[in-house]
Amino acid sequence: MFRNFIITLIAFIFLTQNANAGSSGELILKKNQPTEVKDCFEKINRATFAFNQALDGIIFKPVATAYRVLPSPVKTGVSNSLNNLSNVITIPNNILQGEFKKAGVNSGRFIINTTIGILGFIDVAEHLGFPEYEKEDYGQSLATMGVGPGCYIVLPVLGPSTVRDASASIANFIGGDAWYNVTAGNDTRYFSDFDYYASKATAGVDFRAKNFDAIENLKTNSIDFYASVKSLYLQDRQQKILNVNKIIETQNDSDWEEIDNQ
Amino acid sequence: MSIKKIFFIFFLSFLAFNNSYSIEPDVFVQSTVNRASAILSKNISKEEKINELKLIAKETVDIKGVGFYSLGAARKNLNEEQKKKYIELFENYFLKSFSSRLSEYTNPEIDVKNKEVLNKNYTIVNSILIGTSERPEVKIDWRIYTKNPNNPLIRDLIIEGLSLARTQKEEFTSILNTNDGDINSLFKVLDEFSKN
Repeated sequence: MFRNFIITLIAFIFLTQNANAGSSGELILKKNQPTEVKDCFEKINRATFAFNQALDGIIFKPVATAYRVLPSPVKTGVSNSLNNLSNVITIPNNILQGEFKKAGVNSGRFIINTTIGILGFIDVAEHLGFPEYEKEDYGQSLATMGVGPGCYIVLPVLGPSTVRDASASIANFIGGDAWYNVTAGNDTRYFSDFDYYASKATAGVDFRAKNFDAIENLKTNSIDFYASVKSLYLQDRQQKILNVNKIIETQNDSDWEEIDNQ
Repeated sequence: MSIKKIFFIFFLSFLAFNNSYSIEPDVFVQSTVNRASAILSKNISKEEKINELKLIAKETVDIKGVGFYSLGAARKNLNEEQKKKYIELFENYFLKSFSSRLSEYTNPEIDVKNKEVLNKNYTIVNSILIGTSERPEVKIDWRIYTKNPNNPLIRDLIIEGLSLARTQKEEFTSILNTNDGDINSLFKVLDEFSKN
């Protein structure tokens, strides 16, 4: 498995060499502008979106409703554990993006939270003054190397994505996700496939519960819910790729200026 | 008193008068959210809350500006009559959408933290919606239109980095694209939303 991952990593770097040559912050910003991402498969996407909505109504929404009733410390603990687990994907991606300091900080965070923080349940690192945690994935690494998002797609169950991000997530299953490797990827004595899929399902429920009111509110007040979700997803993705906290860096103000001059 | 002195006093009082009416964007945001929060905490019906929130929105949001922004490039193709009709429909749509979104919250506590002047027309005010056991803390940035410093207006709410105006614009574009750019289809959707 480790060999597979190294081969993939080398291929990954070679494939992105050309793209990297011409990439810069501005170019990455432009390539990932939500308005630049084409919805090539809109009809299929809308159908998949409708399917996901139905699934949400039957499974995720009721489970998230029940989950919200749990005491706050339990919900925070579950969220912390899931965040801690995601470090095993974030750290290799910090390295791929050349962010070695962040990789070090996140490795420290992972060790402290897994041990002293009881399998990540308590975010001890935050109390020790570690900087705010930012998740990274293989899609973001490809983007920082200059690979464009390609078309917008909606995946069954998993939801919105782009061709680049969906393709990059394959890296998780061929050695790029240590959690997958010790659970579903390899037959180990300590974990089973169930642990991996249960953690993913819990992450889905945790996300749904955290954003419960916002999602319901958006659904009620949108005149095209599909378009709203697409826009919000692509805006969020653009921010994560650029690792910026300020919207003004990702917003094009020319439209506002035109209105001022009308 | 010499004319020079009178002119000087007049000039000073003009400056003082001007300053006394200029409102700092962060103060404007904090006072607006405090007003909205007071309404949401009141023991009145949801409909009454919505009506009072609509009044605040009319006073503090640049509805016309947001409306034209949301229309994107399509605004250039409208004639005067269509513009008038659009603004009327948009205002109804916006007030309903805005107030019903807000009315779901009970006693929201928002703290203004910082402000950043982008240029003479815009200031971004940073605030935090305090978390509860039901929801996590949320960062909310406000794009304030300050062309007239005596009357600042809200043009966008940016929640955790996601712009509501931008989302709305892409929603409108999607409706226009699926209807071959026919503005009447958007008018119909806006009208139906407001009436339901």
